Amino acid sequence: MGQFRFHQYQVVGRALPTEKDDKPKAYRMKLWATNEVRAKSKFWYFLRKLKKVKKSNGQILAINEIYEKKLTITENYGIWLRYQSRTGYHNMYKEFRDTTLNGAVEQMYTEMASRHRVRFPCIQIIKTATVPDELCKRDNTKQFHSENIKFPLIFKKVRPSSRKLKTTYKASRPNIFK
Amino acid sequence: MPFKRFVEIGRVALVNYGKDYGSLVVIVDVVDQNRALVDGPGMVRHQVNFKRLSLTDIKIDIKRSPKKKFLIAAMEAGDVKNKWEKSSWGKKLIVQKRRAAMNDFDRFKVMLARIKRSTVVNQELAKLKKEAKA
Repeated sequence: MGQFRFHQYQVVGRALPTEKDDKPKAYRMKLWATNEVRAKSKFWYFLRKLKKVKKSNGQILAINEIYEKKLTITENYGIWLRYQSRTGYHNMYKEFRDTTLNGAVEQMYTEMASRHRVRFPCIQIIKTATVPDELCKRDNTKQFHSENIKFPLIFKKVRPSSRKLKTTYKASRPNIFK
Repeated sequence: MPFKRFVEIGRVALVNYGKDYGSLVVIVDVVDQNRALVDGPGMVRHQVNFKRLSLTDIKIDIKRSPKKKFLIAAMEAGDVKNKWEKSSWGKKLIVQKRRAAMNDFDRFKVMLARIKRSTVVNQELAKLKKEAKA
């Protein structure tokens, strides 16, 4: 299931050693970005807010992509985020069902963009976790927990099997029932 | 008209778009409203949008997200392959595949067979017409 827009990176960095402090503390951060360059940039953005260090007087020690171990289990992902709206900063907790954390994060970004008109730079992910079924808060995720889940597909438009076979005009109206 | 084919764990579906086009898969778990975890013999378990699936009438008895070997055992027990190939939908697909794989000589043979069949039919029809006139 392929390509994710957002990859999870682990970035480790520290301030450059100086005469005053020749063994500065190294800080590690897990964050989401579309590529490594952006991940490093985001790392400095966060670190600047937390410590007195900038990219110009710091160094990245390591950056590794974190891959999902198992792609074949559906999980409930809870994402805590802080976002900037037109009127101020707010915290939010969202739940998503997905097979991978990257997929859930991508869902989160697209949902924030559509529901709240908040774009990627204005969202900070505080925490992500896989939530067991009992602890889920949102009805939208809880409705998929049943062992005997069963629902019909009520609007079934059968598409041409490849984009090459797509036509603008059709001879007859499509049958969308099943 | 009530619905007869449901998205449920164990429902057999046909993939109608994409890389796995034409393969029969079993819905092994539902991710959310639009996607299902889907598995079949000879493929890795992956998630698929319902838009890419056509549900069939066949359903097998499995628990949610079973191990591959239990899935294959359940597919054998449910006799999915035979049920599919006997169903009219399955038969049509087999015929389509055969027709697509014909070479010119096969088409020639089919033409001869059709001519033969239609002469027999028309002879009978002519006989019946003569009787009706008489």
